[in-house]
Amino acid sequence: MKADPRGVLTGVHFIDGDHACCEGALAAGARFAAGYPITPSTEVVERFASRVPTVGGTFIQMEDELAASITLQGAVWGGAKAFTVTSGPGFSLMMEHIGYAAMTETPCVFVDVQRGGPSTGLPTLPAQADMMQARWGSHGDYEIIALCPNSPQECFDLTIKAFNLAEEFRVPVMFMMDEVVGHMTEKVVIPPADQIEVTPRRHTRKSVDNYLPYETNGDMVPDMAHAGEGYKFHVTGLTHDEHGYPNMTPPVQDKLVRRLQNKIRAAADRIAMFEEQNLGDAEVVVVSYGITSRVAQRAIDLARQKGLKVGKLRLITAWPFPENKIRELSLKVKAFVVPELNLGQMVHEVERAAAGKAKTFAVSHAGGSVHHPEDILKVIVEASR
Amino acid sequence: MSDLTNPVEPFLRSDRMPHIWCPGCGIGTTVNCFARALIESKIDLEHLALVSGIGCTGRVAGYVKLDSFHTTHGRAIPFATGLKLANPKLNVVVYSGDGDLSAIGGNHLIHAARRNIDLKVICVNNLIYAMTGGQTAPTTPGHAITSTSPYGTCEPAFNLPHLVEAAGAVYVARWTTFHVRQLARSIAEAFQKKGFSFIEVISPCPTLYQRRNKLGDGLDTMKYYKEKSKVRHGAPTSEAGLTMTGEIVVGKFVDRDRPDYQTLVRAQLAESLGDRFVEQAEMVCS
Ligand SMILES: Cc1ncc(C[n+]2csc(CCOP(=O)(O)OP(=O)(O)O)c2C)c(N)n1
Ligand code: SF4
Ligand SMILES: [Mg+2]
Repeated sequence: MKADPRGVLTGVHFIDGDHACCEGALAAGARFAAGYPITPSTEVVERFASRVPTVGGTFIQMEDELAASITLQGAVWGGAKAFTVTSGPGFSLMMEHIGYAAMTETPCVFVDVQRGGPSTGLPTLPAQADMMQARWGSHGDYEIIALCPNSPQECFDLTIKAFNLAEEFRVPVMFMMDEVVGHMTEKVVIPPADQIEVTPRRHTRKSVDNYLPYETNGDMVPDMAHAGEGYKFHVTGLTHDEHGYPNMTPPVQDKLVRRLQNKIRAAADRIAMFEEQNLGDAEVVVVSYGITSRVAQRAIDLARQKGLKVGKLRLITAWPFPENKIRELSLKVKAFVVPELNLGQMVHEVERAAAGKAKTFAVSHAGGSVHHPEDILKVIVEASR
Repeated sequence: MSDLTNPVEPFLRSDRMPHIWCPGCGIGTTVNCFARALIESKIDLEHLALVSGIGCTGRVAGYVKLDSFHTTHGRAIPFATGLKLANPKLNVVVYSGDGDLSAIGGNHLIHAARRNIDLKVICVNNLIYAMTGGQTAPTTPGHAITSTSPYGTCEPAFNLPHLVEAAGAVYVARWTTFHVRQLARSIAEAFQKKGFSFIEVISPCPTLYQRRNKLGDGLDTMKYYKEKSKVRHGAPTSEAGLTMTGEIVVGKFVDRDRPDYQTLVRAQLAESLGDRFVEQAEMVCS
């Protein structure tokens, strides 16, 4: 369906990534946010707090991130599209409720504007060191989707995408920004509402008597009802059957947890978004994401000037990891170079998918600034030998 | 036939019976009172949602035939806050244990009371973490033996009515599971209030608390509640602290009015934004 025009600030803007993310959420139909202030993410909710009363909706600043990350889920079951926004220390506190959203299949978006860690780390400086936490941070087996914008424009476009994916798969979607993308100001074009596609809630069409909250029909995603509609359904974070009732037996656990995983894994190729360049003749492929992809672009251009056959694969979807794409490339290329603002996270996924068919080189960085393109170039040169 | 059915049965998920609670446990009694309060107040069940945290009491959400949410440990109140704000037409009840609401969830409890979120909180206080085997809670009275205080607790306990009154609750009452009529009446009364209402129910956990402290079985506890409870409506909550074998002050302590969170927010936004303020539409995003 088309976006509700009330939430769409059509026009050409000069805004930073945090503000663009907020506009993306409003355009996607988000009418509820719960947050707790933390640099460098706060501008997203500050803008939301100022904008949403003019659109019809609610912002509430909660007492902490434990609260914010579950308040938004209460709002979802009350019928809203909802999200929260945070950075490293707050993201750590939200892990419990990422698990709850995965288990109860509550569609929602968690925005993490990454800063340097561990702990309080570098509050005002960038990193990309929450990538594994986004995937694995809550306990138990589950699957999420994570997207990585590399510009304010993408902060707008991909926030809409994040909400759409959350609704389609009934899964928490991690929106993995970083401090530089969050705070850089660039041109952001917001199209008219009728050019913005938004995914409606998967609301059940069944009558009250025929509805089973966790029954799947055809695909692996069940349809939802909201509180107050007469369905009198039950939701629990315990292992549950199709009625939504606790059933803590190994067969029910097996069926449920495998479905939670498979509903995303089976669609991985469809969810995978990436940007590619010069992969046709490439011997070395630079795999990057977020702000690092823009620094890597410079290194790739310099390498090409030197006559090196370098290609680019920019991950827009980080999770589910687009392993088929890497596997396919690993059969053709000599090596992958993976620069990231951490001491090695997504590089392990690249290495796993390449399975020894092509070499993998990390270009690590502890965070606090972006890479120097020369540092990436050096590794490209080494990988090309 | 019809007079043989229990009047509270329509409020329960009979397909989930038998429940998990021990013989002599007080939680079932509180649910009975809750159901009776629903009957008495003729509340519209379609617009009633119940939210629980984790614990023996947290399992209440799984047994009531309502839109019901069994959330995470301590977080029933913030979940309920989101639910209520997104759909103000809902009556939202939080039903949880003393540990869930006042230890791990203590921060949410005081802030929801401060904001005066329109929630009805029913706190089953068995003075212990029951679900996990009877460990010390912030409500465990001095000297009581628990599995993690094998030589007796020495921490001062929370006086929950005093805490929530200070934080801003508009309705505060306490009963025991002996006071079934009074409890049902209080719950019905709380449904008439707009704002943060808190009803504490002192309830036995014969399996863990009473047994370990040699306080007898469920019946002995009823006798204790009957003999040692003193009804003092309007008593200062500062005088409502509990000890292991002493007096239990019960009654309605607080019944006052102040605008609830959503009323305040709407008034503020309407004043500041004028024509630019857009009322929250029904959020149902189908
Ligand atoms: C985050 C987290 N920590 C600890 C637990 C373990 N746990 C489950 S119930 C409970 C205590 C419940 O006590 P209370 O709220 O008083 O409920 P009761 O069982 O006494 O009714 C604890 C500590 C948990 N489920 N989650
Ligand atoms: S352990 Fe205690 S609180 Fe839990 S069901 Fe048994 S008696 Fe009730
Ligand atoms: Mg307890």
